[in-house]
Amino acid sequence: MSIEVNSRKIDWVKNETIKHLLRRMKYTFPLVVVKINNQVIPRSDFSNVIVPDNSKIDVIHMISGG
Amino acid sequence: MISIELIKAGYKKGNAIYMNRAKFDRIRKKLRNASVGIAGVGGLGSNAAVALARTGIGRLVLVDFDKVEESNLDRQYYFLDQIGKTKVDAIKENISRIDSNVKVENYNLKLKKGSMSEAFKDVDIVIEALDNATTKTEFIEEILSNLPEKPVVAASGVTGYGHSDRIITKRLGKLYMCYDEHALSSEDDILMAPRVCLIANWEANLALEIILGEDK
Repeated sequence: MSIEVNSRKIDWVKNETIKHLLRRMKYTFPLVVVKINNQVIPRSDFSNVIVPDNSKIDVIHMISGG
Repeated sequence: MISIELIKAGYKKGNAIYMNRAKFDRIRKKLRNASVGIAGVGGLGSNAAVALARTGIGRLVLVDFDKVEESNLDRQYYFLDQIGKTKVDAIKENISRIDSNVKVENYNLKLKKGSMSEAFKDVDIVIEALDNATTKTEFIEEILSNLPEKPVVAASGVTGYGHSDRIITKRLGKLYMCYDEHALSSEDDILMAPRVCLIANWEANLALEIILGEDK
């Protein structure tokens, strides 16, 4: 009952959407991309898609500076 | 480090010490016919533009609204006597002092949501070299949706010093990100020449890789 977010193992929460997961991880940067098991999830689906158990999630941040 | 003068000298003499002449000709020709657009010519963009100019790139399209300030000189490719000039004019001047054959198209304007992709319609590759995370994200999304065939090279995580080996390239379709996920935002950390230039050159190097493909 766990998932891996950016190579960090955390508890899986039943019925958790991507939006809620991002909030739980305190990811407040503007996001470029979220991938679940290597599949890109469109931003418009962040509040619909439920994170499956045992999934591997990549979140790519956009960080200020240039 | 081999200077341009040495390469040209070697090339003129047909000297094969530095490189295979056929490869040299092939690469220079490809680059002379290539164009790169750069959004922002601050820390990332000014250094990436100069690196690409030194390769003999054919055309650069540069967009920035800002003027050169003294505080930029810690990492951006400008000089004390250029303070007050627009960055696009100053970088054009610096490029012309390196290679006058590089065509530089300048746009002294602020990229506005909804029309960000306009200046970049007819370049081969777009480099995102902006500073603010929200603007960076908006720019990438706008290029990817308005110009879906265009490769976009972007950067995220340039602050601080050290940790060169944390930087990676992430590829997602047409988007190539120079990325350090552990770096802090520029609101919470310092921007310094070594890492900013490293990532600027990483972006330029990625652009070359996309233009030239694998040439062994």
